[in-house]
Amino acid sequence: MTTTTTPAPVTPTTKSDERKSREARRRFTGSSITTVTWLLAFIFFSPVIWLVMTAFKPESLAASNPPVFFFVPTFEQFGAVLAGGAGGYFLNSLIATGVSTVLVILLAVPAAYAVSIRPVKKTQDVLFFFISTKMLPVVAVIMPIYVIAGQLKVLDNIGTLIILYTAMNLPIAVWMMRSFFQEIPAEVLEAASMDGAGLIKTLRTILMPMVTPGLAATALICVIFAWNEFFFALNLTAANAATVPVFLVSQMTSEGLFLAKLSAASVLASLPVVIAGWVAQKQLVRGLSMGAVK
Amino acid sequence: MANTLVDRHNLKQHARKEPKDGDGRSKAEGWRRRGPLLPALIFTIIVTQLPFLVTIWYSLRNWNLLRPDGNQFTGLQNYVDIFMDSTFRSSAVNSIVITLGCVFLAMVLGIIFALMLDRKFRGQGVVRTMLITPFLIMPVAGATLWSISMLNPSFGLVNWVISLVGIPPVDWTASYPIVSILMALVWQWTPFTMLLVLAGLQSQPKDVLEAAQIDGAGWTKTFLWVTLPQLRRYIELGVLLGTIYVVNTFDQIYLMTAGGPGTASANLPFYIYQRAFLGFDIGQAAAMGVVVVIATIIIASFALRLIFRSFDAKD
Repeated sequence: MTTTTTPAPVTPTTKSDERKSREARRRFTGSSITTVTWLLAFIFFSPVIWLVMTAFKPESLAASNPPVFFFVPTFEQFGAVLAGGAGGYFLNSLIATGVSTVLVILLAVPAAYAVSIRPVKKTQDVLFFFISTKMLPVVAVIMPIYVIAGQLKVLDNIGTLIILYTAMNLPIAVWMMRSFFQEIPAEVLEAASMDGAGLIKTLRTILMPMVTPGLAATALICVIFAWNEFFFALNLTAANAATVPVFLVSQMTSEGLFLAKLSAASVLASLPVVIAGWVAQKQLVRGLSMGAVK
Repeated sequence: MANTLVDRHNLKQHARKEPKDGDGRSKAEGWRRRGPLLPALIFTIIVTQLPFLVTIWYSLRNWNLLRPDGNQFTGLQNYVDIFMDSTFRSSAVNSIVITLGCVFLAMVLGIIFALMLDRKFRGQGVVRTMLITPFLIMPVAGATLWSISMLNPSFGLVNWVISLVGIPPVDWTASYPIVSILMALVWQWTPFTMLLVLAGLQSQPKDVLEAAQIDGAGWTKTFLWVTLPQLRRYIELGVLLGTIYVVNTFDQIYLMTAGGPGTASANLPFYIYQRAFLGFDIGQAAAMGVVVVIATIIIASFALRLIFRSFDAKD
């Protein structure tokens, strides 16, 4: 839809002058947009800066009014967090995140392969079934899970978290991997399936190399969601299997407020996912849209 | 039903290559195709659907852990009770306000940020990295960051900033609990909408934009008549997926306001959690869970089909 607009007002300058001034004006608006961009980005990012600054403060300067912006940074709080038994929580998070992500991949790849190789009406229904479980509010299943886990004596058990995190991420992984399989030319899929080679061999030797980037993107998304998960961890774990988010909350409530230490713990807790997300920025959007956006 | 569909499809596919290979062969073929799907399907059904069936069972029982005489079948009594419960209704309203508010504001900010990023400038990569970071911060850490470091009435950064222009300090989480929660949520989810919209902007055919420019359309006109229609399905997708994620918000409410003051800022996930784990009223909490699931599925199912169809159609 385009409309004719009135031509630019005629000025008594020569053509080249006019072009020059227009060029200059464009460069000026360009650089002012860049300035505004930087400014807005800085404002939006400032809570992160503030969090990191607070983490490097001595406790006496952390919760102060007016806020302190210049100080001698110290690693004291990070040391306190690590000495305060954070290691066990990080290990639990590492196990829950790592094992559940491997399980998700092992279950999702064959499933995505099955729904991509020859989509029929029924596979659509299966795909929508998977995604509908993602919409199931976790609060609606937490009570039976709590009661059943109690009867099976697997409360406060990393295995329970692993199973739940696998179920939580599986729908996203199936949708994502499907979008990567769909990029493989139909003839390749067809040939692979007609070959008569076993499923595992077909997947491993022919298809997997083609979807390795997709696999990495899928794993990244699963890691983000599993690492950050709080609700199940809060309700189903205690001393043995508690993960990093639970540790963070315990920092806040157990012994009064030590803001600098809490901030240091927050930085440490967020760091793995932040770095992974920075490195794999390009894959993020595809994962978050479950493969719909390339 | 499924078998016949799959078989018919397979037969059609193989009609030329393998004529008359019989019913048994194609049935086996169908299983060979569906087999890889089964582990994921069975696992998902066991872990997500079975507990939900138990939830439905609980919702029909009068089970309160504080009343040992309870746990009998009461039919739909729990459902009647929760619809009489004004806190359930106010939590439902809060759920809607928080979800729609967060998705709308995050979308507006996301569009602005995406437009800013969709041009070449010095430090583009750095700005992009800065803008996606809030999404990567652990939500529990983000919630405590907002409720303490940013919004604390005596030493929070926000009150210091507004004091520079002479506004007296505000006790954010007590006076404006939902606004406070929205700040943390919008901050967390804007990168998500931004990335989706940015993907939409970058998929725009450049020649269309150039044509609009040559025709003399200004930036505003180009944006309204060319870019925005192009972005529509990306925005729809962002709204839908954002809603799915945000409607289940728990961390921020648990940590920032604990649903308070009173129950002023409780959403449904938080209220159900309170009824179950602090009130020990399993029956009513289960009934609320069932109602929420039914509502979510009704709202989301048709929207999902609509939107993913529009994306698949393009491929």
